[in-house]
Amino acid sequence: MKPSSANAWNPRWRLLACAAPAAAFFAAFWLLPVVRLLTLPATKGWGTYFAVLTDSSYLQSMANTVALSVGVTLATLVLGAAVGIYLARHAFTGRRMLLSLLTLPLSFPGVIIGFFVILLGGRQGLVADIGDSLFGERITFAYGLLGLFLAYLYFSLPRAIATYAAAAEAMNVQLEEAARSLGASRLRVARDVWMPELAPTTLACGAILFATSMGAFGTAFTLASKFEVIPITIYNEFTNYANFALAASLSIALGLVTWLVLFAARRFGANPVAR
Amino acid sequence: MRKNVQPKAPFLLAVTVLVSLFMIAPMLLSVMAGLVNNYSAGLKSGLTLRWLGEVWENYGGTVGWSLALALACVIGTVLLGVPCAYALARSRTRAAHIFEELLTLPVAVPGLATALALILAYGQLTAFRQSFAFILVGHMVFTLPFMVRTVSSALQRDDLLALEEAARSLGANFRQRFMGILVPAVFPAIVAGSLMVFTLSVGEFNLTWMLHTPLTRTLPVGLADSYASMRIEIGSAYTLVFFAVILPVLWGLQYLANLMQKRHGT
Repeated sequence: MKPSSANAWNPRWRLLACAAPAAAFFAAFWLLPVVRLLTLPATKGWGTYFAVLTDSSYLQSMANTVALSVGVTLATLVLGAAVGIYLARHAFTGRRMLLSLLTLPLSFPGVIIGFFVILLGGRQGLVADIGDSLFGERITFAYGLLGLFLAYLYFSLPRAIATYAAAAEAMNVQLEEAARSLGASRLRVARDVWMPELAPTTLACGAILFATSMGAFGTAFTLASKFEVIPITIYNEFTNYANFALAASLSIALGLVTWLVLFAARRFGANPVAR
Repeated sequence: MRKNVQPKAPFLLAVTVLVSLFMIAPMLLSVMAGLVNNYSAGLKSGLTLRWLGEVWENYGGTVGWSLALALACVIGTVLLGVPCAYALARSRTRAAHIFEELLTLPVAVPGLATALALILAYGQLTAFRQSFAFILVGHMVFTLPFMVRTVSSALQRDDLLALEEAARSLGANFRQRFMGILVPAVFPAIVAGSLMVFTLSVGEFNLTWMLHTPLTRTLPVGLADSYASMRIEIGSAYTLVFFAVILPVLWGLQYLANLMQKRHGT
């Protein structure tokens, strides 16, 4: 070790040396494999890249996924904002406990959430039992669109609640009091005071909720839903039909959609990765 | 149900109660289902630990592996990520900016795509493909940006620049400055990043399901397997094992992180 010569190092080289291990790891285990993935569909002809647009069943699956993700995102934003604002504004015993319980599912793998929906709406589920004793009919909703929607809602809500609770605590109360004292109704306050103030939060949170829903695989996998979403389509192409080029092409399409939404959100000033 | 200071929000209260029920009821339901003799008969059939025992027999190994994997993932991302965060915090060149953008791509791109890419590139290396290292690499690629971002934003504080400069003028070399000043100063951020990485790794399924082999199974992979092939009581008992083993670890780490924040944070 020669500290004097190390000190004489050009700071630029030092920074490069600091970044080098991470860069090498990233290049070897993400960049290179992804380049491989990007070029793979070309081996089956250029048309493979557009399979998601030209094949009606893939297009349907993609449209399903986008529609489901948009619906879940909108519902989550409304519900999450309501709960977040309520929890930030009202002090009651057990509030912190409730907040930590509500955000706990952030650490659950998607498969658990699929299982929860089966417990609620599956063939032996809670709703089926209640329906049986009330109307003599076993109601199941776990394996259709409603089950998928509720499951996606379940894993989306904790993130929205946590984000809105934090944002609402930082909100300016005076503005709201001023609006109230001037006679604004509850709805007006929500529209003219809350919405503008929470707009950046909504944009960032909405983008990440949408991206998470688009790529969610475990939940749909557990539910084995009749409503096919694109991650399941990719999985089937890859595992059941060993159609690697097509799986790669669909992955590219999926990656492109989620990345574009996150990119657009960041363009408008939101930073989704830093929670 | 709840006494509130501002009793003016009946709509928000109703939504909060409903959402809380929706979020908490399934957790209670699954805990109950893992402990009863017969799920369809309900609590009347009596409580038992039999299902937990069966889970431990069939899937016990996955718990240890998941924890070890998450720990390795934290160590790996700290070793790679903290120096990288320093480089990104101190250089505002265009290249650094592009590199940071690239590094966060695995978060934006669905895990399934990353997993496919890894299998296509390294699937032929059988020894690697069949080891836990293959899953570890996938988890690290996915979690590295969280570590780098958290630590790098902490390193950008102005007072740190001044401290580093002062140490340099007093003759401290880079290693002394890095280990003696920078790392202790951003230690809370490193802990927060580690907590995030650990949580993500323990619950990761999208990547892991594609990367795993019958001999390399993690807890979420085992869960999916039990949901597909076992009876509902065993699935529930396994979910209970997830809660019982993982949550105390997460809470412990959270407590530690808060403690650090109080001691080191300003």
